[in-house]
Amino acid sequence: MKLRGKPEPLLIRGGRVIDPAQGIDAELDLLLEDGRVKQLGHGLEPDGARVVEARGLWVVPGLIDMHVHLREPGEEWKEDIASGTRAAAAGGFTTVCAMPNTRPPVDDAPMVNSVLARAAEKAVVHVLPVGAVTRGLEGKELAEMGDMAEAGAVAFSDDGHPIADAEVMRCALEYGRMFGKPIIDHCQDPSLSREAVMHLGYWSTVLGLRGMPAAAEEVMVARDIILSRLTGGKVHIAHASTRGTVELLRQARAEGLPVTAEVTPVHLCLTDALVHEMAYDTRTKVNPPLRSAEDVAALRLALAGGIIGVVATDHAPHHQDDKEVEYNYAAFGISGLETAVPLLITELVHTGIISPEILVERMTAGPARVLSLSAGTLRVGSTADVTLIDPGLEKAVEPERFYSKGKNTPLAGRLLRGWPVLTVVAGHIVMRDGEVLV
Amino acid sequence: MKLASRDILSLEEMPREDIELILDTAHSMKEIIYRPIKKVPTLRGKTVVTLFYEASTRTRTSFELAAKYMSADTVSIATATSSVQKGETLKDTARTLRVMGSDCVIMRHPVSGSCHFLARVLDIPVINGGDGMHEHPTQGLLDMFTMREKKGRLEGLRVAIIGDIYHSRVARSNIWGLGKMGAKVVVCGPATLLPPEIERMGVQATTRVEEAVEGADVVMVLRLQLERQQRGLFPSSREYSRLWGITRERLNLAKPDALLMHPGPMNRGIEISTEVADSPQSTIEDQVTNGVAVRMAILYLLLGGGEEK
Ligand SMILES: [Zn+2]
Repeated sequence: MKLRGKPEPLLIRGGRVIDPAQGIDAELDLLLEDGRVKQLGHGLEPDGARVVEARGLWVVPGLIDMHVHLREPGEEWKEDIASGTRAAAAGGFTTVCAMPNTRPPVDDAPMVNSVLARAAEKAVVHVLPVGAVTRGLEGKELAEMGDMAEAGAVAFSDDGHPIADAEVMRCALEYGRMFGKPIIDHCQDPSLSREAVMHLGYWSTVLGLRGMPAAAEEVMVARDIILSRLTGGKVHIAHASTRGTVELLRQARAEGLPVTAEVTPVHLCLTDALVHEMAYDTRTKVNPPLRSAEDVAALRLALAGGIIGVVATDHAPHHQDDKEVEYNYAAFGISGLETAVPLLITELVHTGIISPEILVERMTAGPARVLSLSAGTLRVGSTADVTLIDPGLEKAVEPERFYSKGKNTPLAGRLLRGWPVLTVVAGHIVMRDGEVLV
Repeated sequence: MKLASRDILSLEEMPREDIELILDTAHSMKEIIYRPIKKVPTLRGKTVVTLFYEASTRTRTSFELAAKYMSADTVSIATATSSVQKGETLKDTARTLRVMGSDCVIMRHPVSGSCHFLARVLDIPVINGGDGMHEHPTQGLLDMFTMREKKGRLEGLRVAIIGDIYHSRVARSNIWGLGKMGAKVVVCGPATLLPPEIERMGVQATTRVEEAVEGADVVMVLRLQLERQQRGLFPSSREYSRLWGITRERLNLAKPDALLMHPGPMNRGIEISTEVADSPQSTIEDQVTNGVAVRMAILYLLLGGGEEK
């Protein structure tokens, strides 16, 4: 990480500390020293520490986004580690997992090391690399998962592509089990999703766009669950998007299988009707596609009830040249790091659908558990990663002011309430009032 | 009278009053087509561009004749395109058209929604000449014009649309247009060619052609794209023609004075029997003539109508 040297001590005073890992939701002071959490309690004295007044704010463990595309190496005009991690800091995230579908892909230990080295130079938040499951993301031969795990890969995924071959997935789970890392699968049966650009349903019928059935996702989720049962390997379903997926996850959970899942803010808050409402605006084009209102309702319930334990953005920055084209030709993806928190607070917390504790849990302790990280809590002694959120702050989404190079968001212009206002990474303040300081 | 919208992108978005205005205007335009000298000065000095990313001699010629009968200049740009776009982007092409001073662009494009995209980039009227599987609004209007001309009304008509509804922009435009004008639409085709939740667009859907045709005032047959057969959406054109082809026997289930329509070009013997296609009930040739009249009306209303009144 770019942040070097000893940070000055910080006393974050009087905020609403929400740390689900410790079961804390109370007005407390938080003292950070030497890059660690020193103390959590009432009436702490500054004792030389710089004081941050946090009255009325949420003080939460630094948010973890386990699904981010940083585009470096290979597509730095879309995003790079410097811009992507600054976007993360602006969005309140202190840890991001970098997906391996870069060019070249991260499919061996030297590539994992290269990402870590670049991050050490330029990143302003923690970057944890995800290694590829198969060589070249081709879905054929297993990549050297053991080497990558040793080099620091926290999980394995061919994200961007599903692992279409069931035998390859079975081997990946069997082999990967030795390293205790989950296989993150982008579940989508290629034969059912071919040429599809949006969700298959009423709106694809009206718009005349090729639709992807919910079943394209569900058949592969079902397969992965069955293979997890066979192998005992950990499966993590990337960006779950359908009601059927939720049902399958519920069954897997009832059976006690090591199957986890994440959902993105946009799949929790937007529906396929938006493609119609925005008249084919390619900023609505994302993979998996925005789904129906019934799917969104099921995902919200699943998140609230813990069937889905993680919110991840699938931050997918693109250059405008890849979006300012006809709908079918446009790249899939939404730039998500800088809108995740306000979108979720506006749509899910202020509406009473989920509590602040649950939201924070799904963005801190939830991903930490899936990836076996020590982060995601304010427990004394842990790394001083902290996010302050002002639940009442109202602002419009202004993509032109994003730190991400990807301005591709269908939320442009939307008024959202509940923004991160301070991001602390290992004791260093990296963002204050929306401004990234490093 | 003026149209509510600057562009003609879809009949879904077009208000009923605009549809009526276009159909009424087309009525007086049709008379010009039958004159010995088919030329009125209405659009003199205006330049109309046809931008076709997909071949369609029929639609393009129809628009060009419409423009020429009203003394507009026409420029046609035919662009070969593949699914991987090469060279100039649509956005760049649009900018070029704008700086060249064209007054209106008619676009045919293989991707749904591309006319919406073009209309966002351009500040001159854009007319959708067919976009992907989405809509073909001028075809829908000429179909409605033909029905109204022959039947005297649209309200209460029962219209059966038979064929590949899934991929048909003609079907979508007719569904919205006819629905707004109070007709009842039944769509019919193999289950693989009926898109999901089509009933929510206000139609009845069936896979049984007899059920669709029974009692219909209009039987509209769509062109079957034979490459869908390779994609496995139906097994063979032989079976298609046996199960969904419109024959004399099937047409007899419709009202005795039912109209038979087809947007052309036809696969004779597959979706439609020659006997039926050439029968007096067939309006296929009228549709072509009416296409010019409707397009004249649209160009007039978009480019000239506002100024005169
Ligand atoms: Zn993915």
